Amino acid sequence: MPSFVITEKCDGCKALDRTACQYICPNDLMVLDRESSKAINRAPDMCWECYNCVKICPTQAIEVRGYADFMPLGGVVQPLRSSDAIMWTVKFRDGQIKRFKFPTRTTPEGSAVPDAGFETSSDDLKSPLLRTEPASTGMDDLEKI
Amino acid sequence: MSIANNFETVEVHTDILILGGGMAACGAAYEAAHWAKKNNLSVTLVDKASMDRSGAVAMGLSAINMYLGLKEGKNTLSDYVKYVKNDLMGIARDDLVANIGRHVDASVHLFEKWGLPIWKDEDGKYVNEGRWQIMIHGESYKTIVAEAAKNALAELGDKGQYIERVFITDPIMDGDRCVGAIGFSVRENKVYIFRAKTVLATMGGAVHVFKPKSVGEGLGRSWYPPFNSGASAYFTLKAGAEMTCQEVRFVPVRFKDAYGPVGAWFLLFKAQATNALGENYMQTRAPELEKWAPYGEAKPTPTNLRNYLMMLEIEEGKGPIFMRTDEAIQRIVDSIPDEKEAKRKLKELEKEAWEDFLDMTVSQALLWASTNIKPEEKPSEISATEPYFISSHSGASGAWVSGPEDLAPEGYKWGYPNMTTVRGLFAAGDASGASSHKFSSGSFTEGRIAAKAAASFCVDNPDLPALPEERLNELKEGMLKPLELFNTHKGYTQDPNINPNYIRPQMFMFRLQKIMDEYAGGASSGFKTSAPLLEKGLENLAMLREDMASLAAEDTHELMRCWENIHRIWQAESHIRTMLFREETRWPGYYFRSDFPELKEEDWKCFANCRWNPESGEWEMLKRDVIDMVD
Repeated sequence: MPSFVITEKCDGCKALDRTACQYICPNDLMVLDRESSKAINRAPDMCWECYNCVKICPTQAIEVRGYADFMPLGGVVQPLRSSDAIMWTVKFRDGQIKRFKFPTRTTPEGSAVPDAGFETSSDDLKSPLLRTEPASTGMDDLEKI
Repeated sequence: MSIANNFETVEVHTDILILGGGMAACGAAYEAAHWAKKNNLSVTLVDKASMDRSGAVAMGLSAINMYLGLKEGKNTLSDYVKYVKNDLMGIARDDLVANIGRHVDASVHLFEKWGLPIWKDEDGKYVNEGRWQIMIHGESYKTIVAEAAKNALAELGDKGQYIERVFITDPIMDGDRCVGAIGFSVRENKVYIFRAKTVLATMGGAVHVFKPKSVGEGLGRSWYPPFNSGASAYFTLKAGAEMTCQEVRFVPVRFKDAYGPVGAWFLLFKAQATNALGENYMQTRAPELEKWAPYGEAKPTPTNLRNYLMMLEIEEGKGPIFMRTDEAIQRIVDSIPDEKEAKRKLKELEKEAWEDFLDMTVSQALLWASTNIKPEEKPSEISATEPYFISSHSGASGAWVSGPEDLAPEGYKWGYPNMTTVRGLFAAGDASGASSHKFSSGSFTEGRIAAKAAASFCVDNPDLPALPEERLNELKEGMLKPLELFNTHKGYTQDPNINPNYIRPQMFMFRLQKIMDEYAGGASSGFKTSAPLLEKGLENLAMLREDMASLAAEDTHELMRCWENIHRIWQAESHIRTMLFREETRWPGYYFRSDFPELKEEDWKCFANCRWNPESGEWEMLKRDVIDMVD
């Protein structure tokens, strides 16, 4: 089903200026249900299981139940994402649990500097050199064929 | 009262208009911002979703598949061009591939500086997955790249902006020049009209044109994302641009059902794929490759031929096909004599295997968990998926674009780099054709190339073109018609899904998928088709096209679904027409023409291009030369 919202845990992001899952879903599926003021995945069969709603939910109210037309029940994969790493808990159908942690970025969030310290050598719009080149290529000039 | 009256019209004027929000669009915004600042231009990016997680890299990636390692002297540019062309059975634009290739490493170096963690070995060098691929911890890849693009736009002050959740439906033309785009907000009752000096189409490839193998909830588990719905192909076709390689679909072979990546298993862990009897079909069926010489005999074997050998196994009833993950891991562990060290290695490999899925296809990890699969203990099934349109990977469909001034041979350049045959309209990423194997890094890079060229076009053509008012009203009415139709007729029946006055977009999509699957060589037809089948498919498609006028939408979300399917149908038609035009089989494993079952180098070692003529409404088919720049 893809992603689903746990009724008790979802507070509709009341305290925030936007509903987090609705903001992030790349397929415009997550939506705030007017009656319950809680989020819902309005078209589970269009869900890519990209987990972006799961990762962004501030109350951890969203999980994923695998596509029922080919996944046996019982498996769970749940992430917990911080500003520089992600921790995954994988629960198998037979109950075994594995945990994995991976880095996600090496710089503080928001800090990406476009030029990244490289200079652009030419102001010529007709030159093939792009922004930050050739410095960012690590070579003196563009490679030739 | 017309529904259109409930919609506010927002008009945005900009010099450079970037359509899309994925890797190519972010590259375009990044580059455009720099040249715009130097030349006093404005830049606007329009995304149907949220840039942080839009496009094909929304979930993340576990590898960057295009890194040449030029500064390390690992490869030459010519090596890459040769590799790409052979993988596409001899059909590629060397100038475009080389142009992306000479810039792509720089883009990857930028990603690293921005914060993308790239795997390093003990000497601090990138860890290669294969010759052209490097491993990353890529869960946040798109977020990081989008951040840099947004920061670049911010450097322009009020001359740089991005607008999210606006779905673009159509190009706006002034004669033969593209002067903007029209779309609507999927969240508010607003129509957007963008008036621009140049327009960049970077809206990704097309998914759900063919019937997928999973049709229940798993419908959404397409290999490429379901939100890439053919907007680029539609936009460029509608503008009257010449298209190339519209027959060159891509059929990925992936882990069965959840479509997890196989690259790390084949290249990094050196796993073998075998039939149920344990036979490696790449070895047992090697003689078949000779039929597809010279491409079949070169190494590495082209992607479609690897698919094809696997499909032959299945036809002979030798499935299931397995990726022998257990054997691969055992082989690596066995090569370490020290027992303690071997144990440590096993743990490390297990972690790497899981990260490969968790970074980019979480569903596959969930399928492993749901079926109690531990890859070090048990092999997993692989299978062909359904066809996709994605020129950034091993497909090639997209607009025919002008090559770089200093590289392109005559015949491949008619203006600015990456400009389509329509003045002012540029294309990059999945929107531009015949430059496959760009992947994430190359798409970003091609967006940069196109954006710099677009800035140059703006400086050379400083007048902001006028918009054709009458045409705009027509486009606006047409855009919102599905809402009108639903509103007018919804009360007629008890069930709003079944109403003779309209068709809702989901059923419309299923009808398209069924036509494509059964007539145009989809998965359940064994990827085989022929002229009589294709002609019948076109006949059915013509009626579906007529029924586009009966699409109905309850709200703006469903209105987007209506338009996505209008876009898909154009991708579908250009695909069928071009397969029909090319009277040979060149990419078995992607599709097979049973009436022309062989490669015909003499007649068909060329591009099959097409163009929809906006004046006559007719399709034109034409051949273009393949010009070899490397031996």
